[in-house]
Amino acid sequence: MPKNPNVKKVLVIGSGPIVIGQAAEFDYAGTQACRSLKEEGVEVVLVNSNPATIMTDKNIADRVYIEPLTVKVLEQLIEKEKPDSILPTLGGQAGLNLGMELEESGFLKSHNVTLLGTTAATIKKAEDRQEFKDTMEKIGEPCAASLVVENVEDGVAFTNTIGYPVVLRPAYTLGGSGGGIAHNQAELEEILENGLRLSRVGQVLVERCIAGWKEIEYEVMRDSAGNCITVCNMENIDPVGVHTGDSIVVAPSQTLGDKEYQMLRTAALNIIDELQITGGCNVQFALHPTSFEYCVIEVNPRVSRSSALASKATGYPIAKVAAKIALGYTLDEIKNAITGKTYASFEPTLDYCVVKMPRLPFDKFITAKRTLTTQMKATGEVMSICNNFEGALMKALRSLEQHVDSLMSYDFSEYSVEDLKERLKIVDDQRIFIIAEAIRKGIDYETIHDITKVDIWFIDKIAILVEMEQQLKNSDLTVELLKEAKRLEFPDNVIAKLTGKSETEIRQMRYDNGIVAAFKMVDTCAAEFEAATPYYYSVFGSENEAVETRPEKKVLVLGSGPIRIGQGVEFDYCSVHATWAFSKAGYETIIVNNNPETVSTDFDIADKLYFEPLTPEDVENIVRLEKPDGAVVQFGGQTAIKLTESLMKMGVPILGTKAEDVDAAEDRELFDKILEETGIPRAAGGTVYTAEEAKEVANRLGYPVLVRPSYVLGGQGMQIALNDAEIEEFMAVINRYAQDHPILVDKYLQGKELEVDAVCDGTDILIPGIMEHIERTGVHSGDSISVYPAPTISDKVRETIAEYSRRLAKALHVIGLINIQFIAMGDEVYVIEVNPRSSRTVPYISKVTGIPIVDLATEVIIGKKIRDLGYEPGLQPKADYFAIKMPVFSFEKIRGAEISLGPEMKSTGECLGIAESFDEALYKAFLGAGIDLPKHKQLIITVKDADKGEAIEIGRRFEKLGYTIYATRSTAKALKDAGVAARKVNKIQQESPTVMDLLLGHRIDLVIDTPTQGRDKSRDGFLIRRTAIETGVNCLTSLDTANALLTSLENGKKDKLNLIDIATI
Amino acid sequence: MKAFLILEDGTVFEGTHIGAEKEIISEIVFNTSMAGYLEVLTDPSYAGQAVCMTYPLIGNYGICREDMESRKIWPDGFIVRELSRIPSNFRCNATIQDVLCEYDIPGIAGIDTRALTKILREKGTMNGMITTHEPTDLELIKEKLRAYTVGNVVDIVTCEQKYSLKGSLELSENGPISGSAKYTGEKEMRPSLVRVLNGAGKKVALLDLGAKDNIARNLVQRGCDVTVYPARTPAEEILADQPDGIMLSNGPGDPKTCTEVIENIKKLYDSNVPIFAICLGHQLMALATGADTYKMKYGHRGGNHPVKDLATGRVYISSQNHGYVVDMERLDPSIATPAFINVNDGTCEGLAYTGKNIFTVQFHPEACPGPQDSGYLFDRFIQMMEVEKDA
Repeated sequence: MPKNPNVKKVLVIGSGPIVIGQAAEFDYAGTQACRSLKEEGVEVVLVNSNPATIMTDKNIADRVYIEPLTVKVLEQLIEKEKPDSILPTLGGQAGLNLGMELEESGFLKSHNVTLLGTTAATIKKAEDRQEFKDTMEKIGEPCAASLVVENVEDGVAFTNTIGYPVVLRPAYTLGGSGGGIAHNQAELEEILENGLRLSRVGQVLVERCIAGWKEIEYEVMRDSAGNCITVCNMENIDPVGVHTGDSIVVAPSQTLGDKEYQMLRTAALNIIDELQITGGCNVQFALHPTSFEYCVIEVNPRVSRSSALASKATGYPIAKVAAKIALGYTLDEIKNAITGKTYASFEPTLDYCVVKMPRLPFDKFITAKRTLTTQMKATGEVMSICNNFEGALMKALRSLEQHVDSLMSYDFSEYSVEDLKERLKIVDDQRIFIIAEAIRKGIDYETIHDITKVDIWFIDKIAILVEMEQQLKNSDLTVELLKEAKRLEFPDNVIAKLTGKSETEIRQMRYDNGIVAAFKMVDTCAAEFEAATPYYYSVFGSENEAVETRPEKKVLVLGSGPIRIGQGVEFDYCSVHATWAFSKAGYETIIVNNNPETVSTDFDIADKLYFEPLTPEDVENIVRLEKPDGAVVQFGGQTAIKLTESLMKMGVPILGTKAEDVDAAEDRELFDKILEETGIPRAAGGTVYTAEEAKEVANRLGYPVLVRPSYVLGGQGMQIALNDAEIEEFMAVINRYAQDHPILVDKYLQGKELEVDAVCDGTDILIPGIMEHIERTGVHSGDSISVYPAPTISDKVRETIAEYSRRLAKALHVIGLINIQFIAMGDEVYVIEVNPRSSRTVPYISKVTGIPIVDLATEVIIGKKIRDLGYEPGLQPKADYFAIKMPVFSFEKIRGAEISLGPEMKSTGECLGIAESFDEALYKAFLGAGIDLPKHKQLIITVKDADKGEAIEIGRRFEKLGYTIYATRSTAKALKDAGVAARKVNKIQQESPTVMDLLLGHRIDLVIDTPTQGRDKSRDGFLIRRTAIETGVNCLTSLDTANALLTSLENGKKDKLNLIDIATI
Repeated sequence: MKAFLILEDGTVFEGTHIGAEKEIISEIVFNTSMAGYLEVLTDPSYAGQAVCMTYPLIGNYGICREDMESRKIWPDGFIVRELSRIPSNFRCNATIQDVLCEYDIPGIAGIDTRALTKILREKGTMNGMITTHEPTDLELIKEKLRAYTVGNVVDIVTCEQKYSLKGSLELSENGPISGSAKYTGEKEMRPSLVRVLNGAGKKVALLDLGAKDNIARNLVQRGCDVTVYPARTPAEEILADQPDGIMLSNGPGDPKTCTEVIENIKKLYDSNVPIFAICLGHQLMALATGADTYKMKYGHRGGNHPVKDLATGRVYISSQNHGYVVDMERLDPSIATPAFINVNDGTCEGLAYTGKNIFTVQFHPEACPGPQDSGYLFDRFIQMMEVEKDA
């Protein structure tokens, strides 16, 4: 069937801010789909509140709206843009829910807008628990015994009939929010109550527990003619019970015979056919490990995280094909872009093994529970490809960048056999290391399998790795042994450690014996057809097939690895734009990255894609073959920066700012010298290695002080210390890992925080604008609300910042991007830190000023001058808009995580509010972050003593807005003494009604809780904050945020928003 | 022990010896299925060939003997990247190493199967030798390899004498269970071929040119009584048993070498008994009616090939295993017209015979290994027999 001629203008809904369960994969899918639609001559209108994405670029869509994703906004947008169609299946659950609401209300019909991709009836059949069950029953596909309940009592009654344990799955939530497994009535009641609240429709499915079964997924495509194919299947190494987003996943399935494989494949096709899905769909099955019994777990009638993974694992561009199907094409009409010979109706076949591992945020949330459940906790993931499973697992481990390079990276050698058997029962991110230790201690496969339910085949593979460790440790390193260790992807440094040799010796021995990495191609067809797209992975012991090219200029772009807190999709934005800019300038471009969720790892972004870990050894393998003329590291976050030194040793010139200048910005002494020379003040401080030294410096400076490691991202490990005891605690935390670089101790200055991103060509600097943080210093810049243009600073401060930026960039010989953070106290400006590289705010500032700074930086790196590029150097005039970047958190997903804001970053994503007035921009920003108040007009205030004064003013303003204020004892007293009506509420252990009762009563709009300075150790405060988050109550821990929210509330709800097409800026 | 794979073009792969200790010369082909290695090994169509699996991890779920598609292993040799050290599956009752030794089949593991596949893709299918002797005189070996021809292998794979299978019609709510039946447990997994159920089954004559068991199983599951005939059974003998329909099976080798079978098929064509043919059967019917076949560069072997039903426009993913193909350029439309084509390369995947109750497909609707999407063709065959009977 050819393209539907009635589709001329399509509204594509993005997925909004990055939160756990909805991450960069939707930027990848959305970007690919928009490009695919444009390729067909369709006008694309895009709406997504997330400014850090590539899809919100003006070269991706024709019209771009970075606006809050609410029904009201979408209605206004449809009225304004008058699209003929809407495509909601590319924006994750958020986009799908919006599309559904617009359809259900009749709005789409009354505005003659067609829902593309999949019908509302289909979505309902797949998403509504009861309808889904009925549909599966109709076609004879088994589901686990279950009942949809709308209250706790029914859930308890049903469970009594089927027995514990049961799985709870709230309807219409993403990433399994609010779900879990209940083993007894107390757990059931707790999880169920939470799940009912989080579900958009107040429904939770109570289901027979099939934990321990194999979890198998199929990615299926179907076109409007009913043609169906499966793109790929995947097997979770962690059996049912762990969310697939948190599982280690392998593609294709490894332990299924053809009978099981085809049985589930046929079931998946039957399901997608019955649901009449047009586009992509993910079907999850539980397969009984010792029979052919299976259950359908769930179906996602849209592109998903799994489909992004399947796309990268096979080379089959699911989102692109889904977009073409939405336009009316059938699978046999769409060419497979990888081979150029086959069609989209050809099922990919793999001749390699893919392993995906989750990037879990427990390094950020030390207090959080590490256990893995049906609620997803990972912020991102890595994928690796190898022609054996062991190798793929080893590559995935080191891609995580979590100080892990082998199965020995967590030391459990102290555990006894009995300890290990107990520990194996705990399902957490360290289980695979425990299994390895259990094997080392001689626990047999059956025992490990009985406890973990992990298939024996995987346990044996882990055993093969353990045996190799032992061989390397105990026998002479022969060439044969080295070959085998490399085939299993043991990195040189691990081999060195085990054999007692140096890494250089190992490398030399490899080179002397021709043991070098070879590159193989991902081609969708197991080499049956010649592939046109160079998408490579490395293996040892095979023939190299990567084609050597000798273009005039060749550049290596290093990606940013897995999405984690502090290093998100923004860096992928920078990498992709830099790649495009180099390409435009005539370079052959090579991307190295390992994140399957990103645009950068799409097969047609760079000329060549190497899907590899970002370690020096892995990169060197590529460098040896490709011999690039240079590498850029300034766009890929810390992941890329960390490779600078190694690249230089390999003889690869670093393009742009030189490595020694990057060092000068990070090295305290060198940097102090530069500041002295340029006459720029900063907070006094010193560098230390030990707690003793730190205390000495702190006492010299006077508390409070800021303690942080150098060369980190997202303020990881950064803390404000008030006394010697805290210094000791923080230093112990930082020194858990051996530090290559000194730790910084600075006097803590409390002032207004300001930030610039700029491009420097060595002489001139281009500053698109100054951003001001709403929260005062002490809150990490990534967690602060950021306003452009800076609204409250004087012209003098503005000029000072421009001047200091110019001096710093020049002194550091910056060629390319630079990010500088300042503190202003009155008219005095101090510099906090300088990062001669791209930053989190680069996409945001580029979009709202219309100045494409990554492209400009790339041009400058290539050798152009700012003046040649049509820009007048210096601080650019303010734009006509206010643009406010609002952090978005995923605290509800991480049980036990401390939510209070501080110097360490905690947000997972961001959204934008852009408007002509500050008030409207602020309103939009809060709305985009999901804060839509007032609802019940009741709030709880509990603040530390130092904040009581400011709290009174805040209380007064809320009172004026008609809010009822509840406060804990001392805060209530302070408020009442100042004449603010506040009701005292009891603390948790006291008699009812307590703060908890209020929160659980669901009548509270907001909690304002400022924790005791430093680490809040009071159980109460922590519990209040956690309860607020887990019951869906907004909780603010900074009075500045509260003031901003008040300003927004005082301006009232805005019924009519002025929507801005940022493509016109 | 070391083993070597030596190709006709002089390429030598060094790997590890697996299976029986024996030297073989055979035609080297590759299969792209990611699962189903036992079904591949027991597919008689591989007689006279040595199979390389492109998926690198083989043997993960061991051997479940009940999944064998015929009485033994047919390929001359087996080529894999990596043989799993342990098998893991609840039904597993042997390892690949066990069955290779049992049927005296040698193999080689640990070679770069992707590099081998690329050679075959670029230079076409060629002969090769699997040996444990380090090649010293490559020229001599190459000469031997060039001289080797497969010959008529149908005679080797076909059954020795005719036998019968009774239909077992299992009724479910949605009618008879089909090839895409839901397996619910070990018992139902492999419906017994001798179970007798009362039911007015159609009588199907299955000409065994190297048939996979699942062809008969599909018919039996649909209630047919199946009589299996050796390949050289005279047409008169088959027709004398008065079948309601005739099934021509898959099988190995160059179809043009099966001259006697082709003569018999001509008579079956003239008989007006409904005929359904798969793979080699499809090629022989084409040759019997004046069409031509040619050898493809490297064939289609895998479980992911899209075929398009030209009558409906629908595309199905099919299981395939063939090195020869019917030449569509030289079809006489008054005799046969294309019914299915391959979406990727446009080659012939099925024919409808003009004015006849005959249709034939190149791919494998019986699956095993591979997708079950085209299992409906067996239903179509049953319908054809119904219509013929009514008429």
